[in-house]
Amino acid sequence: MKRPLCPVRRAFSPWDDPGEQPLIEFRNISKRFGSFIAVDNLSLKIFKREFHALLGASGCGKTTLMRMLAGFEEPSEGRIFLEGQDLTGTPAHKRPFNMMFQSYALFPHMSAARNIAFGLEMERLPALEIKKRVWEMLSLVRLEGFAKRKPHQLSGGQRQRVALARSLVKRPKVLLLDEPLAALDKKLRENTQLELMNLQEQMRMTFLIVTHDQEEAMTVADRISVMDKGKILQNATPGEIYEQPASRFVAEFIGDINVLDGQITTKQQRNVRIFSSVLGAHLDVRYSTPAKVGDSAALAVRPEKMRLSLEKPEEPETNAIPGEVWDIAYMGDVSIYHIKVAETQTLRAIVANTSRLVERPITWDDQVWLSWDSDAGVILTR
Amino acid sequence: MMPSKPSWFNLTSLVLGFGFLYLPIVIMIVFSFNESKLVTVWTGFSLKWYAALLSNEQLLEAAWVTLRVGLISATLATVLGTLAALVLVRQGRFVGRTLFSGMIYAPLVLPEVILGLSLLLFFVAVEQSRGFWTITIAHTTVSMCYVAIVVQSRLSGYDRSLEEAAMDLGCPPVRIFFRITLPQIFPGILAGWMLAFTLSLDDLVIASFNSGPGSTTLPMKIYSQVRLGVTPEINAICTMLVVFVTIGVILASLLIKRQRLKRMQEERLAAAHL
Amino acid sequence: MNDPNLSPTSLTRSETVPALRHEPEAPENAPTNPRGTWGRFALICLPYFWLSVFFLIPFVIVARISLSEAAVAIPPYLPVIEWEQGLIGLWEAAQRWSFENYIWLIEDDLYWKAYISSLQIAFISTFLTLLIGFPIAYGMARAPRVWQPTLIMMVILPFWTSFLIRVYAWIGILKIDGLLNQALAFIGMIDEPLVILNTSIAVYIGIIYSYLPFMILPLYSSLEKLDTTLIEAAQDLGCPPLRTFWRVTIPLALPGMVAGCFLVFIPAVGEFIIPDLLGGSSTLMIGKTLWVEFFSNRDWPVSSAVATVLLVLLIVPILMFQRHETRRNEGDT
Repeated sequence: MKRPLCPVRRAFSPWDDPGEQPLIEFRNISKRFGSFIAVDNLSLKIFKREFHALLGASGCGKTTLMRMLAGFEEPSEGRIFLEGQDLTGTPAHKRPFNMMFQSYALFPHMSAARNIAFGLEMERLPALEIKKRVWEMLSLVRLEGFAKRKPHQLSGGQRQRVALARSLVKRPKVLLLDEPLAALDKKLRENTQLELMNLQEQMRMTFLIVTHDQEEAMTVADRISVMDKGKILQNATPGEIYEQPASRFVAEFIGDINVLDGQITTKQQRNVRIFSSVLGAHLDVRYSTPAKVGDSAALAVRPEKMRLSLEKPEEPETNAIPGEVWDIAYMGDVSIYHIKVAETQTLRAIVANTSRLVERPITWDDQVWLSWDSDAGVILTR
Repeated sequence: MMPSKPSWFNLTSLVLGFGFLYLPIVIMIVFSFNESKLVTVWTGFSLKWYAALLSNEQLLEAAWVTLRVGLISATLATVLGTLAALVLVRQGRFVGRTLFSGMIYAPLVLPEVILGLSLLLFFVAVEQSRGFWTITIAHTTVSMCYVAIVVQSRLSGYDRSLEEAAMDLGCPPVRIFFRITLPQIFPGILAGWMLAFTLSLDDLVIASFNSGPGSTTLPMKIYSQVRLGVTPEINAICTMLVVFVTIGVILASLLIKRQRLKRMQEERLAAAHL
Repeated sequence: MNDPNLSPTSLTRSETVPALRHEPEAPENAPTNPRGTWGRFALICLPYFWLSVFFLIPFVIVARISLSEAAVAIPPYLPVIEWEQGLIGLWEAAQRWSFENYIWLIEDDLYWKAYISSLQIAFISTFLTLLIGFPIAYGMARAPRVWQPTLIMMVILPFWTSFLIRVYAWIGILKIDGLLNQALAFIGMIDEPLVILNTSIAVYIGIIYSYLPFMILPLYSSLEKLDTTLIEAAQDLGCPPLRTFWRVTIPLALPGMVAGCFLVFIPAVGEFIIPDLLGGSSTLMIGKTLWVEFFSNRDWPVSSAVATVLLVLLIVPILMFQRHETRRNEGDT
C-alpha cells in the first residue's frame, strides 16, 4: 500500500527565484556508453541547501548523472557547473563533493576511525585537527565506542553510519547519496530517512540523493526529479509531483492512479469537460491545461479521492458514475474497492476502515455509485 | 548439493580415488627411509639416504641454483603479472588488447616443449649465452601469466567502488593503488608469488632447454638420475621437496581458513549487537 | 604442468575451477581520466613489452628457423633472412625459404605417426580420466559439507607438488620387480610378473594419475552447484534413480565434463615427461620426439617445424575450450 505522505511545505524555494544562482547546474548533459544512451540532453539546476532527489527505475540514468557530477564519468556532451565554474576536466579527487556509496565502499583494511580520517589525511591536515574532526563525526553518528572496529565487525546500520560520517567529514559542497538506504531493513530505513533530513537541516548542506524508492524520495526531498530513459520527466516538489503530475508516466510511477481516456468537449478557463467513450459519460474537471477543445486527453484521479455510495450523490461539481463492486482488497487500515464501471474498465477507490465493524455496508456484487469532486481530477495530455 | 549421509558407493569411490592419488607418493616417501639400496624391498628404517644427500655437493649446488632462480623469477613474475592483471581488468580497449590477453593465456595451455624451445631459439638468435639468467627469464615469462590469472580473479572479484570512494575523498590515482588496491589484492599477489615459486621449483622441461653450463637445476639433476633408475637417494630428495611444498601450502591454507573463521565470527557478533 | 587451476583461491574456495577464465569484456566505463594517460601507457607497456620480447618474438623465430636448412654449425642452421639488406633482402630470403623440413615431416612416417599416436593416447586417457574422475567428483559433491573443503584441498595439493616427482613415483610401482607385481604375486593373482613399465599402459596410467585433479575440479564445481531439489523433483515425478542420474545429473554436469576433458586433453597431447619416464622407447609421442630431435639429433630446423605443426594442431582445441569457458562463465552470471 503506497500512501502519500503529506508533503511538508517549507518556506524554502530558491528555484522560484529567478535571481538565485544555482549551486550545481547540469547544462545539456548527454552520456552514451557505446550505442546506449544513459543520459539524454538533460539540464538541471540544484540550489544551495536543497535536498534534491533523482528518482527513477534502474537504468533510467540517475546514477550515471550522479557519477558524472562526482567525476567518475565524463559527459559525452554538455557541461556541469559548480557556482558558475565549469567542472569539465576536474578529476574526481579534486571535486568538492563526497559520495556515500550504495555498497558503502568502506575500506575493509581500515578501522571506522581510519575510514573517516582518510579524506582528511588526503588534505594533509595536521594530525590533531584530523583526530578532533573524526571524533566529532563519530559522536554525530553515535559510534564513539566503535572507532577501532573494522567494517566487518560492524552491523549493517553501523556501517551505513560510518559511510555517512566519512562522506560528511570533509564538509563537501554537495553530499551525494547513491541509494544510501537500500541495504537496510524497512524500520531502520524509515528512521534513517528522518535522521538524514535532520542532519541536512542541521548542517545546512546540499544533498543529492539517487533512489528508486518513491516513498523515500517523497519523504526526504525538497524537490524530486523523476527520470526515465535518460531524461527528466518532471522536476518539482513532492506535493506537485503527486497532485499535478506532468505526464501519465509520472502519475503512474508515483502512487496509484485511475486513468480514463477521453476527449475534451468544452473548456472555459479551468473548467474542462471530458467525454469518456468507454463510460459513455461527460466528466467535469477543474484543472489548468494547455489542451484545447477536441484534443484527446486523459482524466486521472487518485483512488483515495474517490467516494463510494449506494445512492447517487447529488452534490454539485461532483462526477458520479454507476458501477458494480468487482473485488475488495482488505489492507487493514484501508480497503481498496475495484469497481467495474464498464465492460473493459475498472476503477479503484480507497476507503478508510474507520470502524471495527466486520459487516461492511458495501460488499461484493453491490451496485454502487463512484464519485469524485471536479477538482480532484487531473488532465494528462502526455 | 545438499549434504547427505554418504552412501557406500560414494564412500568407496572417494577412498579408492584418493588412494590412487596419494598412494604412489606415500610409497615413495616410505621407501626413502628404507635401509636397503633396493627400492622395492623393505629391510629396515634408516636416515642414511638423507645424510648422503647432505654430502652430495652437486645436488646441493643444483638446489641452490633452483632456489635462486625460484626466488628471483617468482618476484619478477609477481610484479609483471600483477601489472598484466591490472591491464586486463582495468584498462578499457586499447590497441592490441586481444593480442595481449592472448599472450597471457597461451603459455598456460601450450606444451612446455614448445615454450622451452622457442625461448632457447630466441636466446640463440640474440646471441645470449645460456645459464642462470636465461632460466630465470624463461620462468618469469611463464609464471607471470599464472600470476596474472590469479591476481585477475582477485581483482575482478572486488568492489570497484572502494577506489571510487578513495578518489571521491581526494586521493590521487597513484596513492589509491598503494593505499587501497594493493592491500585489497595482496592475498592474491601472495598466492601468485607462491604459485610462481613452486612452478619454477618444479619445472624440468623449460629449464632443460634454457640452461647452460653451471646452471643445472634440481629437477634437471633428479631427471638425469631418474633415467638411470630408481634409487633411495632420489626418493629422499623428492620426499624433501614434496614435504617442503606440502607444508607450505597447508600452512597457507590453514592461515587463510583461520582468518576467515575469525572474520565470520566477528561478523556474527556485529550483526547480533545492533 | 599447464594448470591455471593452481589458482590458490581455489585452495579454499570450492567454486573456483574455471581454468581458462574467459577474457573479461573490456570495461565499458573504464575511467576516462585525461591525466592518467601517461601512467596508463606505462602500465600497459611493461608487461606487454616483456611478453612481446620473450613470448611472441620467440615464436616468430621458431617459425623462421623451421623454414631454414640444417647445417653443421653453431647455431646449427643457415640464416633465413639477412636483416641487413632490408626489404629487398626479405624478398630474396622469401624466395630461398625452404619447406624442406615440413616435407620431411610428411615423408618420414616417424613424425606423423607420433602426432597421431599423441592424439590417440591423449584422447583415450582423457576418456579414462573422465570415467575415473566422475565417481570421485560425485562422491565429493555428495560428501557432508564439513568434509568438502578438506577434500578439495586434497585434490588441489598434488598440483603444488612436482610433476616430475609424481611421475617418478610410479616407476618403482610399475617396474618388473616393482610393488604392483609383488602385491599381485603375493595375493596369487599372477604367476609371471606383468610388463607394464615402458609400455603405453604405463603412459595411460601416468596421464590419468597426473591429470586426474584437472578433471575432478571442474566436475565437482558443476555437481556441487546441482540443486538436490531437482533430483527430488525428478523422483517425485516418477523417475527411477538411475534414470534420474542419466536424465538430470549428467546433463547438468555436462559443462564441467567438457571443461575437464579439454583440461586433460590439451596438455596431454604435448606431454614429454610421462612418455619419457614411463613409456620407454616403445611409446611414440610428439613431445618426446621433439625433445629427441633437439637434444640428441641437434636438428633445430626440424624440431622447429615439429613445434610449429604441434602448435597448429593444438590451436583448434584451445580455441574451442576458450569458447566453451566463455559460455560457461556467462551461464554462471
